[in-house]
Amino acid sequence: MGYTFSGYRRPDGRFGSRNLVAIIPSVICANDVGQAIQRQVQGTVGFFHHQGCCQLPSDLRRVTDTLISLGRSPNVAAALIVSLGCEGTDVDRLQAELEATGKPVRRIGIQALGGTSRAIQAGIDAAQELVMAVSGQARETADISNVVMSIKCGASDTTSGMASNCVIGYVADKLVDLGATVVFGETTEFLGGEHILAWRAVGGEDGPVGRKIYQIVDEMEKRAMALGEDMRGGQPTPGNIAGGLSSIEEKSLGAIVKSGHRPIQGVLEYPQFVTTEKGLWIKDTPGREPEILTAMAATGAQLMLFSTGRGAPQGFPSMPVLKICGNPHTFERLSHDMDVNAGRIITGEASIEEVGEETFQRLLEVLSGAMTHNEALSYFGSMDIFCLGPVI
Amino acid sequence: MSEKPEARIALQVDEKDNTATIFADDIRAGDTVEIRDPQGGRHTLTVLSDVPYGHKIALRDIARGEHIIKYGESIGAAQRDIPAGDYVHVHNIAALRGRGDL
Repeated sequence: MGYTFSGYRRPDGRFGSRNLVAIIPSVICANDVGQAIQRQVQGTVGFFHHQGCCQLPSDLRRVTDTLISLGRSPNVAAALIVSLGCEGTDVDRLQAELEATGKPVRRIGIQALGGTSRAIQAGIDAAQELVMAVSGQARETADISNVVMSIKCGASDTTSGMASNCVIGYVADKLVDLGATVVFGETTEFLGGEHILAWRAVGGEDGPVGRKIYQIVDEMEKRAMALGEDMRGGQPTPGNIAGGLSSIEEKSLGAIVKSGHRPIQGVLEYPQFVTTEKGLWIKDTPGREPEILTAMAATGAQLMLFSTGRGAPQGFPSMPVLKICGNPHTFERLSHDMDVNAGRIITGEASIEEVGEETFQRLLEVLSGAMTHNEALSYFGSMDIFCLGPVI
Repeated sequence: MSEKPEARIALQVDEKDNTATIFADDIRAGDTVEIRDPQGGRHTLTVLSDVPYGHKIALRDIARGEHIIKYGESIGAAQRDIPAGDYVHVHNIAALRGRGDL
């Protein structure tokens, strides 16, 4: 069909939908300096997470890996690493792996520079130079197969599984058929529907991918129970229940609708960046927004389709998030936060295919530079990296 | 959105479902709703209790312990007998997953 978008070509051949300079604090303790730099310099975004020190080694590796993947995203043109100087994150590896992408990378250290004010000054100078170096880059035509789309549902109600997730499933199938990559997650919301996903795994339910799907659900269920509690009271959320979702199974069965119908190629780890993977993939993530949006941006996704019924307003600093709203009342009430009205499916005014095609067109526009509602409002300040172990 | 009065509809996702989801405001006990099934069929059902927008009703009598079916799959079990047309939610059904006591 020859679908294309206009993107920024990166040294590794990928195409970004945005041309951002990423401020990357290596640790939570560097956030205040990073935020001062980010506020001052146009064209920057910050990954202001809360990890990077006093954690188990496996979690520190995960934090370093995730920050590397965030910086590798094609939406990131250049990076400024803001280090404190005594953190547990491997800042040398972060810097080396980002430099290996061929993108401009700068690094400042708060302790080495003599404190907060000197670090802010040096950081503003560095970020300004990076923005001015990359801001003149022009967009180029890219084939749709270069797209990595992430998908997610949040603040769900019963319209999500019956309208907005159906629309995302339609777009997911279309992108997979066009040779692109689609990634979905929220392992918590496979509970009760994991057999359906396992049946769709390449190699079937008993193959390695099918078994891995059962395994990640089992591990997640056991993590919750290891604390002597079960998930009721936390999942579904009070808002889900007020919206008519009666159990985690109902929430899950509605949630997996957004993955469409294509075979599942494999399971990605939380920090994993996709390189050659095409088709539909699962990423093992929790359902909460700040952590899963980080994981999806770290996948290298140029954008996200986000389904909601009750109205989730947030996005992510380096990844445009297009809101597909299944509830017609919410779409009217939150018209400045929602992008596509899938509530017309509930009222019978439009079909899944009609809203799906409309969403696909919006997706191409957003990939080419059109802002989503949350982007225009800069509603993307909360992000975090999901870690498994305790803070020690 | 148009000004026409909203249809009092309830959607059944899968032919195996024993529940349908109401998408109409202010449904009161004794009201009738139009059930739309996945084959395009339509019939009416009297609702036995007040049901909020986006919440479910039983399409037929469901016995205590029986699975509650939506999307053609189990979403939990009935905690007591639920007659056709009655409100189905956390007060009379229980999840069977994500809990440590089963």
